[in-house]
Order: sequence, then structure tokens, then C-alpha cells
Amino acid sequence: MKDVWITGIGLVSSLGEGPDVHWQALTAGARPVLDEATFAPYPVHPLPALSLDKQIPKKGDQRQMEPWQRLGTYAAGLAIDDANARSLVSDMHLVVAAGGGERDVAVDEALMRDFANVPAEVSAPKLNERLATDLRPTLFLAQLSNLLAGNISIVHGVIGSSRTFMGEEEAAADAVRIAAARLAEGRGDIALAGGAYSSQRWDLVLLYAAGSALWRGPYAPISERGTPGGFILGALACFLMLETADHAKARGATPLARIAGIATDASRRATPAASTEAALRLWDKLGAPAGRLGILSGATGLAAPLAAERAFLERIAGADAVLRTPGSLLGHGIEASFPANLALGALALSRGGFYPKLDPADRGEAPRDDTLDRILVTGFGQWRGEALALLEPVR
Amino acid sequence: MNDHLNRPKVAVTGIGVVTPLAWGVADNWAALTAGRSGIRRIHRFPLDRLKTTIAGMVDLPNESTADPVPSPVRVERMAIFAIDEALAAANIGTPGDFPGPLFLGMPPVEMEWPQRFALARKANSGTYPAIVAAAESRQDYYETFLFGGVGERLAARFGTRGAPIALTTACATGASAIQLGVEAIQRGETDAAIALGADGSVMPEGLIRFSLLSALSQRNEDPQKAARPFDKTRDGFVMSEGAAALILENADSARARGATILGFVSGCGEKADGFHRTRSNPDGSSIIGAMRNAIADAGLTPAEIGYVNAHGTGTPENDKMESLGMRAVFGDTPPPISSNKSMIGHTLSAAGAIEAVFSLLTIRDQLLPPTINHNEPDPTIGLDVVPNQARATKGVRHALSNSFGFGGQNVCLVLSGA
Repeated sequence: MKDVWITGIGLVSSLGEGPDVHWQALTAGARPVLDEATFAPYPVHPLPALSLDKQIPKKGDQRQMEPWQRLGTYAAGLAIDDANARSLVSDMHLVVAAGGGERDVAVDEALMRDFANVPAEVSAPKLNERLATDLRPTLFLAQLSNLLAGNISIVHGVIGSSRTFMGEEEAAADAVRIAAARLAEGRGDIALAGGAYSSQRWDLVLLYAAGSALWRGPYAPISERGTPGGFILGALACFLMLETADHAKARGATPLARIAGIATDASRRATPAASTEAALRLWDKLGAPAGRLGILSGATGLAAPLAAERAFLERIAGADAVLRTPGSLLGHGIEASFPANLALGALALSRGGFYPKLDPADRGEAPRDDTLDRILVTGFGQWRGEALALLEPVR
Repeated sequence: MNDHLNRPKVAVTGIGVVTPLAWGVADNWAALTAGRSGIRRIHRFPLDRLKTTIAGMVDLPNESTADPVPSPVRVERMAIFAIDEALAAANIGTPGDFPGPLFLGMPPVEMEWPQRFALARKANSGTYPAIVAAAESRQDYYETFLFGGVGERLAARFGTRGAPIALTTACATGASAIQLGVEAIQRGETDAAIALGADGSVMPEGLIRFSLLSALSQRNEDPQKAARPFDKTRDGFVMSEGAAALILENADSARARGATILGFVSGCGEKADGFHRTRSNPDGSSIIGAMRNAIADAGLTPAEIGYVNAHGTGTPENDKMESLGMRAVFGDTPPPISSNKSMIGHTLSAAGAIEAVFSLLTIRDQLLPPTINHNEPDPTIGLDVVPNQARATKGVRHALSNSFGFGGQNVCLVLSGA
């Protein structure tokens, strides 16, 4: 099997964009950026201002998308630039973890207002007519999950192959896992994998609120949200440039980290321990050698998966392990969070250091040098999905 | 038994299918080879003010128009049927304990108008803040409409291993699901996998959205004659739904357990298109690339492909580009090509899986299913589309099944005989 490196990251969060901004903000103890009013009682971490023209130069392309696809397409472009890989896009593979695109909220509200209390036999014909006149044709494409990948192909020319996984957090972990596995077995030299979440949208607040999955009220760090807890949706996008070590060396690309393993599962969570046990099996599968571990937790803020994760970490993390919880600062970006935590891990390994505490329950002092032997990224999905990834420095 | 790239060969040991023609492999194949159309007038919802009033529909047992079935539930019910049928044929594992992962091709899902209206009534308001408040503690909505929901329920029911992988590559989805399963076996991650494609999107908004893209046939007067792939008078595709499941196995382990092998998935090829959101690059490079990649992946030459199961949607654009691709790949003597969509319509996320199943049956029975409604050949197509009547053949060992999706996601599979 070939070694697979991360040679570029495209990262956007409420803190800003790019590796330098994130490294500086996180190491300098940045405060969370919040909008607590627009979706009250649910706070969100909003999108930063983006210079869309830099990554999506054609206005026509921008108009064909809504914020989610624009955000993802933008972050994919950042990753391509960070890896200095513009010339490689025609043979570059692509695996995207996608949610759905934004609905037209104004149309939805008008139709609910006009038809919700009208008997179906009366409202249905009118609904047909209004949908046919009020829905913009381009909106269909902006809503299609696979069209984030489609836009990355169109805007950036990434056309080696294109796959879109659906399934919230676990889809993202599997997107990176399968993209890396294909490279390791020799199916291509370079691949882009990741996802995006645009947080300022009612249609998905609706879905997650239905599951009582959202944190209500003023901001609180993840460890202080109690039971049942909840997540604060965060604008987040991350694409990772994955590349075989041989290919990266041959073109002089700079490695940020080596992917030492990714393993995923989806326990039924029939008992509180089931998720912990699934993660322990994944940990065995990864077979990490002894050494000093940095941990980037994928905790969302929901109490049950958090408890499962902390029970898992109790079992595997040594006394010198350093635990950080980026979700307390960046919020939960659903399909973007696992790739973003991998990016933060690769960033730390490439810069030689780690992050200060991001949550009051984080533990261990951040080393100021490169004494971490490897970084573990965890993912415990809001409803289902357990995922672990191990990154190692390329020295 | 490894292939030309020293990968395990991937056998198909079970298939299951449901389409508007029938529930089950045998009845579907009989209808398809008899040239029957499954396209009808839509009866599921009122048709006022719709430009297109026809579709292929799979009615669920005990389904009522008063209580519309949401798309993810429809997908799940059809998927259960197809997987049950495939597992019975493969005779693998024990009930509720399948020894491998699930790759689930399905459409994106979201709350639909009945749910929005119900919430708005409860909230006595149609604003999003109000319906969000009304939705709290609707765990049923949450689990139904999460993207991971259908996969989780199928994984739990069939006891598949690991995280189920739900995926979408638009109209290529079913083929992508098979490809992911094939790769997992070739990679040695598993000896068996369930690959599934399913779609159940015939509802007002779904139909209208495709209609707004001018993608659908408006030949409403005679539903069974509306889908006319490769015909000069074709005017769009007919929306449809269905599901197909394939049990994929490492050929060695399948033989070792004495399984009956129906055929092989011997090659997968893909190539994305960066040209346009709904149209192929006019030079055809991406669909040509996908076809060639599949044939090369199978270790074959184009001359060894005896039949092509077309993407063949019946849109003017698709059929023109597919013909261009056929000539580029096969030269002056392309093999026969026919479109199942002339009879079952375009089953969207299910199409790649359904058509892979029919390609395997084509090889097994040496019987080419027809392209029906073929009355005015399009001179710019110039292909043998097996017009109107099934045709007995011989010596077809390998078939190519094409799937080309909106968003430029193109996947081709090579299916081979046992």
C-alpha cells in the first residue's frame, strides 16, 4: 500500500479562511464568532465574508449556486491552491460529503401561509401552479446534493472522478477514508475530499431542531452544555488534498501530515456503551503504536455521543495525551467537521505545536515543539457514526 | 481467481428488482423482454397546471393518496423488497446478519409539503421560526429525513457491517453504488457487499423541478408511447422510480461456499465532466472517457463488448451525446444498444443498478431487450437500438451499461457472463 499525505487544506470557518488565519486565531485564544439573534433560540456561528471572485471567477457560476455550494466550491479552490495543484485537476479524484442545498425560504413561507389550512383537494392544484411559477429553475440544481461536486468540476476542472456521500458526520469520515484508500491501492495519485456546511439557513435548523439536537440559548462551550446538550451550527467548509507520497515527492509538494489510518463504523447505539465499544474496535484496527497523542475531538455538543467519546478516550489516552475540542470554538459543521479537524491536525503537525485549550474540559498542556507523535481525530455523529483518524508528522 | 490487474474477481450472486413494471426479477424481465411499458397517467396527486402528467410509479401495498408516502419511506420500502429478493437468491449469511457493508444509492431527501403543512397548522403560522418551534421533539421527522436515516434502518434490518454508505451521483447513482461495492471487494476490505440503487421521487415538487429544467417529456396523451429514446421525435425523459439490489462477492469465496454465480462486474469506469451542470461537453470527452475506462478496467477491447445498455434517457441532448460516444469508442461497427428507459422510464438514482441487473439477464438469456416506441429513427443517431422487439442473440459475453448524471458524473460498468 502506498503512503498517503495531506498536501493541501482549504478551510473556511466563522473565524475566517486559510491555514494561517486558523493557526493564528486558534493559538492566540480566539473567541467564538456568534450570531445569537437570527435563529433564536438557536445561536449559530456565521459565515465570514468571502471574496468569492477569487475562487469562483464567473458571476454566472456564482448565480447558479446558493451559499452552501459556493462555500464548498470556494474551500475546494483554497485546497487546490494550498497544494499548488491547479495543473493536476484533470486527473484529480473527488469525494464530497454533502447535505442538501438551501430551499427558497420565502417561497416555502408563502406557500405554507396560503395553503396549510386549506383542504388538500383544494390546495393541491394551486400548489402545483405556485411551485411551477415561484421556484427558480436554477434552484433545483443549487439544491441537488451532488451539484457541490458538480460545481467543483465545473469551476475548478476537477474531473478525475466524482462521488458524493450523504449521511451527516459519518458520510464525511467515509469520504476521506475511501478517497485515501483508493490512492493507497493505486487508483490515482491525487484526490480532493471534504464537505461544507452553511449555517445560516432555516431549512436545516428545522431538521435538527426536530431531533432536539440543537443547543438553545446563549453560547456555552461543549463541556458545559449538560444533558441532553446540543450543537451550535457552525459555518464550516474543509477540503483536503490527499496525495500519494511518491507523487507529492516527485512534484516537490510539501507534506502537511501522513494519514496513518482512518476507520469508521455505525453502531446502533442500543446501549450507552455501544458507541464506545465500536470506537474501541476502530482503535484496535488502527493499531497506533505507543507515543504521545494529540487528540482533536469531534464532539458536537450532544451529551450522549460526548459521553461515549470521553469513555473511549479514558480507555485509550495516556496521561500525557493532549485533548482539544475545536467544536467549542467553531461550532458543528455536520459534513465539514471531520475534514476540518483533520485539517487542524495536519496544520499542527506541519507547524510543530498544538492548540491551547479550546474548551474548559480540554486537558494537557500544548507542546510548543514537535513532541506529539501523532494526532487522533475523533468523530461521534449526532445520531449515528463513529470514526477515528490518525495523522502522523512527515519528518 | 483474480482479474487482469490481479484483483479479486467480483461475482454477482443475487439480484432483486422492483420497477413500475413489476415487483421481482422474473416478472420484470418477462415484461421488459415483451416490450411492455410501465408508464402511466399519474394518480398519486392532482395534475392541474402540470406540463407533464405521466410517470412510472411503484405503488406500495396499501398506499393511499390521502396520506402521501414521503420519498425516503418509499425508497426504504422498495429497497427492503429488492434486498430481500437478492439475499434469497444469493443464500448468503443469516437473516439480519449480512457479512459485508451496504452501499446505498438514493436521492437526497428532505421534509416535504405534507410535513411542512402539518407543522404550519400546528404552529398556526407558516413562518420558519414558527414551524421550527412546532417541530421540536418530532424525532420521527428527524430520523426519516436525515440523509443517514434510510441507510441506518437498512443496515440495522439486514445486519450489514460497518457504516452504511449512502451516495448520490444524480442519474449515475446506482452505478456508483455498484462501483463502490466492487472496489471494496477488490481492495480486500470485504468478501461480500450489498449494492443498491433506489428512488421514489414522483411527487409534485420533484416533477415540477425536472419540468422547470425542460428535461421531461410532455407527450401526455399516450403515456406508454412517451418515452422514445433514440427516436427522432423524442422530447425528454419520463420520471420513474424503483429499486435494484445486487449481492456482490469475491468470486473465490462465492465459489467456496457453493453459491450460484449469475455473472460478474468485470469493469467500472468513470469520468467527471466539468463543462456544464446539465449538459455534456460537446466533444463527448467525459462520456467517452467513462466508457473507455470501464472497458479497459475489465481488461477488454471494445470489440469484445456485445451489447450496450444505454443511458438512453430520451432527451434530445443525452441520446445525441451517447451516440457520439458510441461511435468514438466502437468505431464503425458499434454493438446493439437499447434503452430500458423506453419501458420503465428514468428511475433516476435507481437506474444504474436496475439497468446493471437487466444487463446481467441479457447475457444470461442471450436476449436483447428492445427500445420501444421507436418509429422514426433519428438519422443522426445511426445505431442498432434493437427497435420495438426483443432479439435473441448469441455469443454476448460482456455488456456495457452507461449512466450519465446531471452535474457531470458519468459511470459505466462492464457486466460479464458467468
